Amino acid sequence: MRKGLSSFNLVSAALGLAFLYLPIAILVIYSFNASRLVTVWGGWSLAWYRELLADGAMLESAWVSVRVALVSATAATILGTLAAVALARGGRFRGRLLFTGLLYAPLVMPEVITGLALLLLFVAIGLDRGFWTITIAHTSVTLCFVAVVVESRLLTFDRSLEEAAMDLGAPPLRSFLLVILPLIWPAIAAGFLLAFTLSLDDLVIASFTTGPGATTLPIRIYSEVRLGVKPEINAICTLMIVLVALGVIAAAVLNRGRASRRAEAVDLTAKL
Amino acid sequence: MVERAQPIKPRLGPKRDFAPWADPAASPLVRFERVAKRFGAISAVGRLSLDIFAGEFFALLGPSGCGKTTLLRLLAGFETPDEGRILLEGADLAGMPPYRRPTNMMFQSYALFPHLSVERNIAFGLEQERMPKPQIAARVEEMLALVKLEGFARRKPDRLSGGERQRVALARALAKRPKALLLDEPMAALDKKLRAETQFELIELQAKLGTTFVIVTHDQEEAMILADRMAVMERGRIVQVGTPAEIYEQPSSRYVADFVGDVNLLEGRLTATGASESLVHGNGGVQLRIAQPVDAAPGALVWVALRPEKVRIGLERPTEARENALAGTVVDVGYLGNLSVYKVRLDDGALMTATLSNRTRLVERTIGWNDRVWLSWPPEAAIVLTR
Ligand SMILES: Nc1ncnc2c1ncn2[C@@H]1O[C@H](COP(=O)(O)OP(=O)(O)OP(=O)(O)O)[C@@H](O)[C@H]1O
Ligand SMILES: [Mg+2]
Repeated sequence: MRKGLSSFNLVSAALGLAFLYLPIAILVIYSFNASRLVTVWGGWSLAWYRELLADGAMLESAWVSVRVALVSATAATILGTLAAVALARGGRFRGRLLFTGLLYAPLVMPEVITGLALLLLFVAIGLDRGFWTITIAHTSVTLCFVAVVVESRLLTFDRSLEEAAMDLGAPPLRSFLLVILPLIWPAIAAGFLLAFTLSLDDLVIASFTTGPGATTLPIRIYSEVRLGVKPEINAICTLMIVLVALGVIAAAVLNRGRASRRAEAVDLTAKL
Repeated sequence: MVERAQPIKPRLGPKRDFAPWADPAASPLVRFERVAKRFGAISAVGRLSLDIFAGEFFALLGPSGCGKTTLLRLLAGFETPDEGRILLEGADLAGMPPYRRPTNMMFQSYALFPHLSVERNIAFGLEQERMPKPQIAARVEEMLALVKLEGFARRKPDRLSGGERQRVALARALAKRPKALLLDEPMAALDKKLRAETQFELIELQAKLGTTFVIVTHDQEEAMILADRMAVMERGRIVQVGTPAEIYEQPSSRYVADFVGDVNLLEGRLTATGASESLVHGNGGVQLRIAQPVDAAPGALVWVALRPEKVRIGLERPTEARENALAGTVVDVGYLGNLSVYKVRLDDGALMTATLSNRTRLVERTIGWNDRVWLSWPPEAAIVLTR
């Protein structure tokens, strides 16, 4: 059989990738457009990036988004890790299956529903909508992603490591900090980056739970675009793409690095 | 049980007269008192009592699933007994968490911390005690020398061979100088040759340190080689405790006789028992003479247990009158290098095994397939089992 891609496969791959990335490529290229008109190419320029730096409202929103993402990702990482530890290490406690299901359900829950439910909750308990409601909402949505990543890492290593640490005189918390944490931190970091990027580009849930003075970047972009696309939007979007891509790549590298080292170790054992 | 003062196994120096279990005044290091542990409906350990003495090399032997690991984990504190007490030097261990117990465990998977180097693995337990740094360094060095891993201090566990990992695990468990070292099938992952070497090293190490070792194994040979005393377990209970020689020569039941080594079991009825001799009417219609009184009434169903290496095999009927003798046909001959194994179908249909050690170079086997042979043994060679 012929190795590599046949011309048919080549065309399908190209079509698929074009479908995925052409819009983004156009957006990125036009962010460097010298022309004021979005659809007319007027040569290369960094004008819109300069304009962006002068746009106080846009920068303000970006700052809100970054703060929300940082705080919610931190909270989600802590809570998600704890949930993962409980799931992976709690043994067969009553209602384990239910707990697992409850934790993973939000992964597939339509965002509109999650957003609406959170809005209703905040209204019901009389919480003023703004920075904190978005943050709480993002924490609750991204927590399960962290839990999934961390739990899968926890399940790859032997329970007796913790027992060995305890046997050698380390109480449970110290065992966790000295033995478990160093082994799962790449997964925790990956979970954090995932939560951070998810929060950064969320529009639906943020628009349900936002309030005055807390306009995140996606909300601002969306509302400005409705008034007409300015090239400046392309510039901010390009920056966001770069940030998100960096986050996703870092997360993948962190998890992959571990995985390949593990594979090596398995290899070594197999050879013996 | 027969009280024998000395273990048969050759020992280094002071171990020779070591038999605290025979001394009624000695108090045990570890005492299990009617300890029971259930997992749901499964009874993993059932009302088991056992004494282990300081300085002993003690082996827990039994088939898979009989509760050996559970017993060790109860002692280490990873499981809590549902019933009974576990005492260490007379003090109840109930409620004492694993990280406070003066015992250390060597795990079957070794459980080395993959992110720490060999020396940091060994130092881990000492750091938990807040031992001063220079002392830790000295102890780590001592431990590395003890297990002959001097050059490996900075290696990570995933860059070690199986045998080296095993030694790191041993050094780590010994570093805190535990009152008892618990070893759960420590040699299961090693190949045969390395296992034999390691067994010898373990014996040496234990004799040198004097630490109490409790080892779990399902390999009867390993238990016999290593242990001062061993306990044979069956479904959560201990069926016999004794020195390897006692267990081998005086098994208390067919289960023990069969589990520890190979054995021929001849079923029969007890016809008479005296002070020094008993007679059993074998199912094949032959009278068997055993130089041992039997604790059963005449007419009881009993089994004559006979180790294959104690059976003589010959083409002629033995002339000695007291000798037990059975006729049969050779159905299989196995050559194992050091031994030849003969399977003989007796005239009553039962199968018996006899092994002969090949003392001279075997050029031509004198006894072969389908030969009519006589199996014989003196009355002192066999014992009678009532269970
Ligand atoms: N955590 C547990 N939950 C439920 N059942 C268990 C648990 N641990 C052990 N058991 C059961 O208890 C019994 C004894 O197990 P244990 O591990 O002590 O056996 P073992 O003698 O060490 O066997 P092996 O030689 O296979 O290691 C088994 O039937 C096992 O299935
Ligand atoms: Mg076991």
